[in-house]
Amino acid sequence: MKILILVSDFIIPVTVLLIVVFGCLKHVNLYEAFSDGAKEGLKTVVEVLPTLIGLLVAVEVMRAGGLLECMTNLLKPLEVALGFPAELAPLTLVRLVSSSAALGLLTDIFMQFGPDSFLGRVASVMMSCTETVFYTMSLYFMSIKVTKTRHTLFCALMANIAGVFMALILVERIFGR
Amino acid sequence: MLNMIWGFFLIGGILVGAFLGRMDLVTNAVIDGGKGAIQLGITMAGVIATWSGILKIAERGGMIDILSDKMEPFLSFLFPSVPKNHKARKYIATNFVANFLGLGWAATPAGLLAMKELAELNQREKGTASNAMCMFLVVNMSSLQLVTVNILAYRTEYGSAAPAEIVGVGIVATLVTTLIGIVLAKCLEGREKM
Repeated sequence: MKILILVSDFIIPVTVLLIVVFGCLKHVNLYEAFSDGAKEGLKTVVEVLPTLIGLLVAVEVMRAGGLLECMTNLLKPLEVALGFPAELAPLTLVRLVSSSAALGLLTDIFMQFGPDSFLGRVASVMMSCTETVFYTMSLYFMSIKVTKTRHTLFCALMANIAGVFMALILVERIFGR
Repeated sequence: MLNMIWGFFLIGGILVGAFLGRMDLVTNAVIDGGKGAIQLGITMAGVIATWSGILKIAERGGMIDILSDKMEPFLSFLFPSVPKNHKARKYIATNFVANFLGLGWAATPAGLLAMKELAELNQREKGTASNAMCMFLVVNMSSLQLVTVNILAYRTEYGSAAPAEIVGVGIVATLVTTLIGIVLAKCLEGREKM
């Protein structure tokens, strides 16, 4: 654990250090390159901002109106029938649309059951091997105005569903219930 | 598809809200959603600009070329329609490595640039995703990050006796989901003119 925290403290500064030293050795005009890149980056952010606004408004509305809860409740019996703990059912769906809401649910689970409980462990692994599909897809596809996304959503959902069940099965096998 | 989901979130959210008598909350959501996006945008602007600057140094120093050369077999398998030495490959390589290391903020600008390059290579009708785009996003959405440090931090905060005990399981699960995503996307993508 200590090593992991140490590594995570080091990773950003060391990455920056490596890149800058490497650039220095290759006689890159460092500051100029940086500001050129930063300018491009700012432009990118401004370009995706309208998408981001649309995305967050839609997600907020569906959360506030109770649509997300409804969908979770509809999905719950199915997930339970497949052997999935009912307590974790909300997290599976929420994780796909909002990572901050998912973190909220995760901390609820930690508070209620403890991070070292079966549910706490499964939730932790689930969070590590799944992704906010709706956010990523919207941001990337809308940035280049692609609306016909073909098999992307299906594959991403399948990978995420697999992740959820992998988390359940692996934790059960390795740590027990 | 995205249009439909987006519309469904809004229409469904408002109708369900009306039915459950939560219109006050929906009102707040409409107003706060935009505010939240701008706040996020401000955070993003700072971090993304910084990482874009750093990555530009890496690009001009030739570091990114080395990276995409090293990943060449892997990239050729995933993106056969993207020519070698094309800019798209470099950005894709950067995005994957950044994701891998958990540098999400560095991954985003590289990923957006990759999409821009892929759009230029796209042989399909405008507005339709190419095989390469689908593959790139599927890999991104299957979670690449090996160690999710923020989850470990939350586990520590809530009193876990061994916060890192899930790391190994997490890595296996992440690899499996990525593999499933890649295989599925490969099976479904069909042939594409080069």
